[in-house]
Amino acid sequence: MKITKGALMGATAFAAIAAGMNAETITIATVNNGDMVRMQGYADDFTAKTGHEVEWVTLEENVLREKVTTDIATKGGQFDIMTIGMYEAPIWAKNDWLVSLDDMSAEYDINDILPAMRGGLSYEGSLYAAPFYGESSMIMYRTDLMEAAGLEMPSAPTWDDVKMAAEAMTDEENGVYGVCLRGKAGWGENMAFLTAMSNSFGARWFDEDWNAQFDSEEWASTLNFYLDLMNNYGPPGASSNGFTENLALFQQGKCGMWIDATVAASFVTNPDDSTVADSVGFALAADNGLGPRGNWLWAWALAIPAGTEKEAAAKEFVEWATSKEYIELVAANEGWANVPPGARTSLYENPEYQKVPFAKMTLESINSADPLKPTVDPVPYQGVQFVAIPEFSGIATSVGQEFAAALAGDKTAEEALAAAQAITTREMEKAGY
Amino acid sequence: MATDHSKRLARWMLAPSVVALLIWMIVPLAATIYYSLFRYNIQRPDTFEFWGFKNYSYFVTDPAFWISLMNTSLIVFGVIIISIVGGTLLGILMNKEFYGRGIARLMVIGPFFIMPSVAALIWKHMFMNSENGLFAIMSKLVGAEPILFLNDYPLASIIVIVAWQWLAFATLILLTALQSLDQEQMEAAEMDGASALSRFRYLTVPHLMRPITIIILIETIFLLAIFAEIFVTTSGGPGNASTNLPWIIYKVGRQSFDAGGAAAGGIIAVVFANIFAIILMKVLGKNLDG
Amino acid sequence: MARSTTTKQKIGWTIIVWTIALAIFFPVIWTFLTSFKTEGEAIANPPVFFNFDWNLDNYKIILAGEANYPKSLMNSIIIALGSTLLGLVFAVPAAWSMAFQPGRWTKDILMAMLGTKMMPAVGVLMPIYLFLVWIDLLDSRIALVVILMMMNLPIIIWMLYTYFKEIPKDILEASRMDGASLRGEILYVLVPMAIPGIASTMLLNIILAWNEAFWTIILTTTSAKPLSAFMVEFSTKQGLFYAQLSAASVMAIAPILIMGWFSQKQLVSGLTFGAVK
Repeated sequence: MKITKGALMGATAFAAIAAGMNAETITIATVNNGDMVRMQGYADDFTAKTGHEVEWVTLEENVLREKVTTDIATKGGQFDIMTIGMYEAPIWAKNDWLVSLDDMSAEYDINDILPAMRGGLSYEGSLYAAPFYGESSMIMYRTDLMEAAGLEMPSAPTWDDVKMAAEAMTDEENGVYGVCLRGKAGWGENMAFLTAMSNSFGARWFDEDWNAQFDSEEWASTLNFYLDLMNNYGPPGASSNGFTENLALFQQGKCGMWIDATVAASFVTNPDDSTVADSVGFALAADNGLGPRGNWLWAWALAIPAGTEKEAAAKEFVEWATSKEYIELVAANEGWANVPPGARTSLYENPEYQKVPFAKMTLESINSADPLKPTVDPVPYQGVQFVAIPEFSGIATSVGQEFAAALAGDKTAEEALAAAQAITTREMEKAGY
Repeated sequence: MATDHSKRLARWMLAPSVVALLIWMIVPLAATIYYSLFRYNIQRPDTFEFWGFKNYSYFVTDPAFWISLMNTSLIVFGVIIISIVGGTLLGILMNKEFYGRGIARLMVIGPFFIMPSVAALIWKHMFMNSENGLFAIMSKLVGAEPILFLNDYPLASIIVIVAWQWLAFATLILLTALQSLDQEQMEAAEMDGASALSRFRYLTVPHLMRPITIIILIETIFLLAIFAEIFVTTSGGPGNASTNLPWIIYKVGRQSFDAGGAAAGGIIAVVFANIFAIILMKVLGKNLDG
Repeated sequence: MARSTTTKQKIGWTIIVWTIALAIFFPVIWTFLTSFKTEGEAIANPPVFFNFDWNLDNYKIILAGEANYPKSLMNSIIIALGSTLLGLVFAVPAAWSMAFQPGRWTKDILMAMLGTKMMPAVGVLMPIYLFLVWIDLLDSRIALVVILMMMNLPIIIWMLYTYFKEIPKDILEASRMDGASLRGEILYVLVPMAIPGIASTMLLNIILAWNEAFWTIILTTTSAKPLSAFMVEFSTKQGLFYAQLSAASVMAIAPILIMGWFSQKQLVSGLTFGAVK
């Protein structure tokens, strides 16, 4: 059945026949964020160049993860390219589920990929997913409010600096809250922030024997500091605030500081949507002088499942979508501020891109995160704001619910940490670590 | 001779359906029982091994499991009560004489024919959204703080969405039943001075018992399996506030990728559904005879 | 009617019932109206009801869009009709034999069949998914046709059984007396009497299959994606574009809504297994 379908589609692709190539239709599973949806609009360029047609399956992050993971694990073969994150890449590569991307063409210039991204998307030294865009997290703050408070934000602040600034900027009567942070439960929501933050407090998820560490001093001080910050200087109802909600708050001028994804910088500085566009400053995420900073590292990347019949065509697409040329194509049509950031060194060396106000801080943030050595004490895992084991997403989502309950005031920090410890221990025992 | 022949024929006519349904039920069920006895995380093919009943004990000791049982029951009972009480009242109203009966009737039963995923989408975005939903716009117009329906009252919101659809179903059936109510008997009772309330109590209610029983049975089958509405709106959250049994199994199987655990959950759900069914038949069975 | 309603009363009831009916149906009306608005008008505060610039742009966008509405519509039609016809092939003979040659076990078989509906789909998801991977039918219409057919089979057997039971047996006797052959008996006597029942069973099954939203969401990605899955995917992209979402919703529900309205009477007797007439 599949063969006839392929043959039919092939026969209709005139361009390909003219070019004498073997045209295929590749199916791509992708996430529904702005840069990815924009890419679909440029797919005609790919078809014109190669003759291959593209079929898209655009899904919300969680649904996407569920579909592609089930598909690849059961060898369902529904997709020729999957959009995956830095979390999946090493896990799947370990299972031999992905095609190695080490043999890209010379023009692709694999060494141009930012080292932190390449490290996070590799397994045992081989690249298994090509970054489409990458991000870290950083502090976005209101320069006008800081000035009014007579403070200056260091470019690499400590957590005490953050607390001082939050206190100074909070003005509840006028609806201004010193700091907005993620509170909504989810391994990619509050746990992404808290795990990254805990690294800078010297905490870790597991010791080298995979024992859960939520009963440690370091986790207690992380969570207490976070709760103290949010309860005193954060907006009300923060336990249901994720990225989208905080973005809206910051754009409406209700946050003094917001620590979140570097990609948000282009949204808060866009005068069409943001009321504070001309008074936003950027700083590295905070630290405690222990080495690691509280910023994460993430990439949405394109990977090819092992066993697809259309590996060659899929590779051509991955090369096209993550190439320097694609970035130039977007820049020519939509301006440099709208190109997919965080993937390539050459982008940050481009003088045109350096004019973008948040380019420098984004690059420094990305470079200050090390997915291969995220914590102060040694750990048996890879990943900054996650632990690259298959069980993590389930565990961290449950733990996130506990921490969200603590933020909502339904539980104390001690109770939440005890519950987190119990959940994690139980699940790790079940998983056989 | 002839009867023997036709009896044999009758058996042959029945056989395909019976066999197909048997296969449809037994094969997946057997496979599910099989998987439920293994440690089987599809992301960790290396750890596949026989596990006895461990999947079951992990599943029932998950704190979310008991919440999900509770929520499943709340959805079933909540929707059934709303649809039957509302359906009876609506049925009586629709049975009055008024202008434009046909069209009003079509509007009331309309929601039953709407795709559940679309119904949930409409409610979620166009009505319950806390920024641009119609409810929020209305609250802002009168100067009130918009209610965060899906955040603060997730289960109640889902019950409302589901009940909206099944209320239409109950009304459709109860209205039809009311139309066959013996009018002469009603009038005779009225002549004898029976109050409207006692006429309702002693004539209408008994007449409706049988259709109500059937509504309960049919709704239970569908309500135990509510999925699309949760999938589209709350994803079982916040926390586990709107997680029902199908959703927790879905979560274990498709979000934690634990096929063994999900299989155990599936068997537990089958048992739960059957307990539900047996109780229902015990309580309601007598209404079905005759 | 001994007790006639005065015009005054009638007007009173009209106002009350119409208010309630409009309130219940309002979400659909609102969606319908919104589908003709611009995105700005769709979220206008205060809301606009009729005084906006009606246009068909949203429908044009969806029909032309990359989301591939026509393909999903086609899939919905094929899956709903396919599962219904296949279901009838199984159900008509079964219901026929139970209605005309009831045995000792007929009632139990009927109950047991309905019992299979109590099995939650999510419980058997994994084996079925793996089976479909194995026979390479994931994301295929064939798989959905068979699965939805099996899901609804108990209900349509039961529904047909109720209709067939109502066909008076005397007619058969009479035609036999007249010397009709078995073939003639079926063709000229029974079929005409059974057709209304079969038609309304078909309608119900089409509605159930069209609206199904568990297997369709989980087992399809592109080639077999019907409208129910199309809507879920569409909303993740267009969730905040109310006007477009409305237009897509209207197109997804209109066929079934209209069909349901036309067949409501038959549906009642079928859905309640003849217990309510």
